[in-house]
Order: sequence, then C-alpha cells, then structure tokens
Amino acid sequence: MRYKLDLDIEEVNTDRRDFLRRAATVGGLAIAPGVILYQTGAAKPADQAVSSQQRWGMLVNTNVCQEDCDACVTACNEEHGLWDLGRPETDAQWIRKLNVKDKQTGHVTSLPMMCQHCENPPCVDVCPTGASFRREDGIVLVDKHTCIGCRYCMLACPYKARSFVHEPLQDQLPHSPRGKGCVESCTLCVHKVDRGDNNTACAEACAKDGHQALLFGDLNDPSSEISKQLKQHGGTQIRADLGLNTGVRYQGI
Amino acid sequence: MRILKSKWHILVCLIITLIAYVPMFNAFAESSADIPKPKSNYSDETRCVEPVAIMRKQHFVYLLEHRDKTVIEGIRTTQYSLNACIDCHITPNAEGEFARYSDDTHFCASCHQFTAVNIDCFQCHADRPEEAIRKTRNPNTTVTAHTQEIHEYLQLGETQPH
Ligand code: SF4
Ligand code: SF4
Repeated sequence: MRYKLDLDIEEVNTDRRDFLRRAATVGGLAIAPGVILYQTGAAKPADQAVSSQQRWGMLVNTNVCQEDCDACVTACNEEHGLWDLGRPETDAQWIRKLNVKDKQTGHVTSLPMMCQHCENPPCVDVCPTGASFRREDGIVLVDKHTCIGCRYCMLACPYKARSFVHEPLQDQLPHSPRGKGCVESCTLCVHKVDRGDNNTACAEACAKDGHQALLFGDLNDPSSEISKQLKQHGGTQIRADLGLNTGVRYQGI
Repeated sequence: MRILKSKWHILVCLIITLIAYVPMFNAFAESSADIPKPKSNYSDETRCVEPVAIMRKQHFVYLLEHRDKTVIEGIRTTQYSLNACIDCHITPNAEGEFARYSDDTHFCASCHQFTAVNIDCFQCHADRPEEAIRKTRNPNTTVTAHTQEIHEYLQLGETQPH
C-alpha cells in the first residue's frame, strides 16, 4: 500500500520559527529606520552594515549546466583555499556537482548543489550557540568564533551543504578564515559581495567557460537580472515542501 | 613578609629583579632587528592605526570588537581589520620570504613569544598576505601589485621600525 504525501507549500507551519526569530531580533528592529539606502550593485560603503534591502540569491539553469564540467567547484576551492587534503571522505566541499538521472526517460540533469541560503534555515534553528546565523541580506554563515563543532547544523541541513574541518589546516586565505573544529559551508562569496563584485567565484567561472548556468543577484531588486529571469521563467526550490524559501533557485528540474 | 619590612631589602630585591630582566630586553631588541618593517605608516601623522603604545597593549580589544562587526554586520573598514594588520606588518625579508606565525621573525609571534602569550587567531586566520600564501601553494604565482608596492615602499626606506 502506498501513501500519497500531500504537502502544500503554503501549509508548512513556520509560526514557531517566526516566533523564535521575532523574539531574537526585537533589539535589531529599532535600528532599521535609521538604515541608509544605497544603490544595488555598487559596493556598499565599508563602514555600513548590510541590510535586508538586499536578499542575495542565485539562479541555476540546469538546461545549460554541463554534465562533465566542474568549473564552479574548482573555482570555489581556489577562491576559498579549500585545499585538497587527499581525503575525499572528509575534505571540505562547499559546492558539488550532482548528476540526476530520470530512470523513466534516461534524461540526465546536471546541477551544482551548495548551501541554499534559506530564509528559514534549519541550521540556524538548531545551532545551540548562535554561531550559525543568517545575515540581514540573506547570506547564511557560520560565525566560527562561536562554533563549538557540535555538527547539529550538518544534520539539520536538508541539502547536505555543510562540511566539518577535521584536522589542522595551513595556508588559509585572508578572506576565508577556516580551521579545525568548525563547520563551514558556501558563504555566497560574502567577501566579494561586500566588495561590490556583485558576483560569486562559481558564477564567474561558469561564465568564463561559456556556460552561463549560474546567475548571482539581488532577489529583492525587481530590476536585477536574476529577478527578471525568475519572474519571466520561474525557478524551482529544491525540497520546496520544507518551506525554507531558499535563496538558490533552479530552472529545468 | 618580614623580609620586606626594611627599605634596604626592598631596594636589593628591586635591583636584582632589574638585573635579571636586562638580558631579556636585550634579546628582544636584537630579535626585533630581523623582523621585516611594516609596509607603510598608517597616515602622515601616525605610524599605526592608534598610538603605538596603545596598540601594544590593546590591539586585541580593537580586533575583538571589529571581528563581530565584520562577521555579523558585514562592516569591512580596514582600520581595525586583522587582514589589514597582516598586509602591512608581514612584509618579505631580504630573500623575498614572508614569515609564518610559527617563525620567530613573524611580527605578531616576535612579541607574543617574548610576553609568553598564546593565541589561536592563526589556527584559522591567514598569518601572511594572500599573495604570500598563494605563492606557497603555487610557486609560479606571478608578483602582484601588492608585492610591487611593498618593494617600492621599502626601497624608498621611509618606514620607521615599529
Ligand atoms: S542550505 Fe543548509 S546550510 Fe544552507 S541555510 Fe539551508 S539549512 Fe543552512
Ligand atoms: S557545529 Fe557550530 S554552527 Fe553548527 S550547530 Fe554546532 S555550534 Fe552551531
């Protein structure tokens, strides 16, 4: 006997999450009216805090993503200094390529998978120390100064997006501090975003290889390319049934 | 303590303590001569981002406050940024090599060793400018504007010892 899973996205009850979040951000709300607006795309002034005016996201067009290409993965590793320790079981992996085959039709969909920068991130919900957090502009990060390495977040993440650093590291890069005992995941190239690059290393590499499968941008800005694309062609959330409102959307799946 | 009751004894103790410290100060003075000079002065008026005496005692207070602003709020000013400290203070020696934190001649390590301070910043954070690290990973990395800048500056010889 088979049961039909009948879950409507709208029905996912996020009340408890919202309540917890409201309880946690009461202090922050008072500051919001004082926030100064700035032009999207241009670098924000270095002394200005990020704001919820932006919601950074990514659109993956799986129709043009190549099955045998891993330019995005290589670029991520190089950008963040995720040097290969020769132990694939435990080496950090912020972005990985998945090839999914439809058994009925034989069609293979190739897609990159990374932290989906959820609006309601389960990793943040479970973190006992507050180390896992969502920045005002939607980027989900680990504050490694507070992370105790318990790895609850790795269990909670439905996308298997996080890695744990198991051994002492060397030669970390200045913009991407990382070390033993902390959990880490895709930062949406937060250092580039803050610099005003308006792009991520993976999307740049994909474009450089002529595939244009990755598009980075501001989901809150209706005039951004990503918003236009999403409005015109739509974009799917992986596991939309969880009601996480992911910042990374996919086309062609 | 009865022994300290007499002024004479206190004076003797003081003198002995001072004499004991002299070689340590000498050692520090000698080793600091090998430590590469910082890239530049922070401004025309000041050598470092705060007066040097304050920086010696308080740099970690500034760093601690700044780190939360950067991680949580995305504030990327350079005045109290650890990366900016490293960029300026960790310069190549005559052979063009950058010291690691595990070396005596690393700017931070030179003082932490002397004062017997253990920190764990560099278990995660870069102890050298990005370019030096990329060079370690790949010796073929070409000289970037950053090194060029340092070399030019050092040749001018304008930097004061820290
Ligand atoms: S994809 Fe995983 S790691 Fe990223 S925000 Fe969502 S739950 Fe957290
Ligand atoms: S591993 Fe770190 S970020 Fe993850 S839940 Fe534990 S403390 Fe939070």
